[in-house]
Amino acid sequence: MKEILNLKNVAVEYDRHGRKVRAVAGVDLTLNSGEILGLVGESGCGKSTLGKAIVGILSPITGEIVFDGQKVKKLTRGKRPEHFRNLQMVFQDPYGSLNPRRKIGMQIADGLIVAGMSKKLALLKAEDLLEKVGLPRNAVGRFPHQFSGGQRQRISIARALAASPTAIIADEPISALDTSSQAQVANLLVNLVDEFDMGMVFISHDLSIVRRISDRVAVMYLGKIVEVGTVDQIWNNPSHPYTRALISAIPHADGTSFMPKDLPGDVPNPMSPPSGCRFHPRCPLAKAECASNEPELRKLADGRDVSCVLQTAGSQPVTITLN
Amino acid sequence: MNLLTVENLTVTLATGSGDAQAVRNLSFSVGHGEILGVAGESGSGKTMTALSMLGLLPYKGKASGSIKFDGREILTSTKREYRDIRGKEIAMIFQDPMTSLHPMLTVEVQLTEHLRHHRKVSKDAARNSALELLATVKIPEPAAALKAHPSQFSGGMRQRIAIAMALACEPKLLIADEPTTALDVTVQAGILKLLHQLRTDRNLSVMVITHDLGVLSSLTDRIMIMYAGSEVESGATSDLLQNPRHPYTKGLIAALPGNSEVNSKNLLSIDGMPPELGNFPSGCAFHTRCKFAKASCKETVPEVLNLSSDHRIFCPVNPFSELSNSGSK
Repeated sequence: MKEILNLKNVAVEYDRHGRKVRAVAGVDLTLNSGEILGLVGESGCGKSTLGKAIVGILSPITGEIVFDGQKVKKLTRGKRPEHFRNLQMVFQDPYGSLNPRRKIGMQIADGLIVAGMSKKLALLKAEDLLEKVGLPRNAVGRFPHQFSGGQRQRISIARALAASPTAIIADEPISALDTSSQAQVANLLVNLVDEFDMGMVFISHDLSIVRRISDRVAVMYLGKIVEVGTVDQIWNNPSHPYTRALISAIPHADGTSFMPKDLPGDVPNPMSPPSGCRFHPRCPLAKAECASNEPELRKLADGRDVSCVLQTAGSQPVTITLN
Repeated sequence: MNLLTVENLTVTLATGSGDAQAVRNLSFSVGHGEILGVAGESGSGKTMTALSMLGLLPYKGKASGSIKFDGREILTSTKREYRDIRGKEIAMIFQDPMTSLHPMLTVEVQLTEHLRHHRKVSKDAARNSALELLATVKIPEPAAALKAHPSQFSGGMRQRIAIAMALACEPKLLIADEPTTALDVTVQAGILKLLHQLRTDRNLSVMVITHDLGVLSSLTDRIMIMYAGSEVESGATSDLLQNPRHPYTKGLIAALPGNSEVNSKNLLSIDGMPPELGNFPSGCAFHTRCKFAKASCKETVPEVLNLSSDHRIFCPVNPFSELSNSGSK
């Protein structure tokens, strides 16, 4: 297993009416090849912003993002630097990410042609890629509106694959799809990661799907990672109160009258984040010190990282129960 | 007697290529204080069913059959009569609370509008009711909230305001169309709790439309599954989710991330796509994707098959009958 992506203290700011909003406030993360890293959190936690920073759509104000040994720089209007062609992104909305007036084949072939392939060969390759994602070869001659949402997302994936990526950032790739298509596209992503030994960051608000397909999970709250661990660690014994709250809020479709637990309050405004631990105003287990001391990520004995005063570095995780 | 009884409802919509049936021969009921869940993928006709009950079908949309509400037929209502039903008898909330609230008007104006129209109450009385409503849906500081605009609230709070608006004239039935789909799970749980509370406190009947079986499991008493405009299965929530009998329901439940085989990253999925409006297959519309389909499924529209007094399927093949009788998996 090779480390393909490394983030150190990455922070991203937006300018909003002259005020700075720090959407990502210092994130450390690694991604290995052949692995799916689930990135979860409520809307507004900065997970999409982080995804955009990784591929160079946004540029971090501090920290660095290293992809395959080289530092990621912000994309310019010119063509993508050779080295970063292998780092691709798939977006949530398959309607917005394809050009409605161009044929599918050319949209997939674009990247290949820029890379120096002849148009004829690139279109042939596009047919191969469409087949790879489960669409007919003759789809190259059709337009985006002739496909359903699930099929369009397959096309977006085929386009990302054209660059033979070693890492894919997938931002809510199945959220806009119907139940039938969701499972199909999720399976496609899992199989592609396996086949091409890629690394994938799977950004999603749907924890049950993340649980199913990811190897590791990172939980984000208000611009910071609060816990990273394997799926089993996060799911069966979450060590941060926020992770526990997220999992307790998922309804069970099992026909028992299980009532999910809500987490009162909203994600605070990132323009003025709370002092100390960013989660403390909503945390049922908050202590007095949480309002002033910001907890650092600490590594527990089982190898996971968590930022909560209830956990001690090097020890086994303390079980978190919320009322 | 049931609060709502729908019989043989068929909704026809005008499409670019002629008329198409979006809802076909649908019959169901909602009891007093009952929460019914309607599940299905997009295009299954669940939203059109709801809109036909409120007289809100799209241009040139036609509904036939019978919708009896509180003992009287409402499908034949005129536009004016529907105006008295909407909000007062049957209220509806939608997926996106930002589009169902007016962005330029204060919460007070929007909350009191119904009351002033339907009840002809004074401004002060309406204002007091609005304060109570906001407290009922657990909006902190109701007095301050009345003066605020929708954009000043988060998605979850906006949905609560939309629910308060819907409750203003004490409707007997609340239709909730994907009420939590746009919300985070942490916020969704709060809305589910609120709807439960309203049913208990006010004996409110609720019809929840969603594709999320998890939401239906925690919220509803009964579930109806729709496919291509028709019911395929309905039953008590626990029975239907734990012992699904129609191949489509079985497939939907198997495709849930929590239900796939352990130690496999792959989800089970139903092959193919749900059919589009105007292109529903003949006979049983699901036969094109069904592993158990026989030759006759292509020709014959399935008849109802009652498995018990409160569990029925529309599938003549009934492929899982032996499995469930023997009690094994």
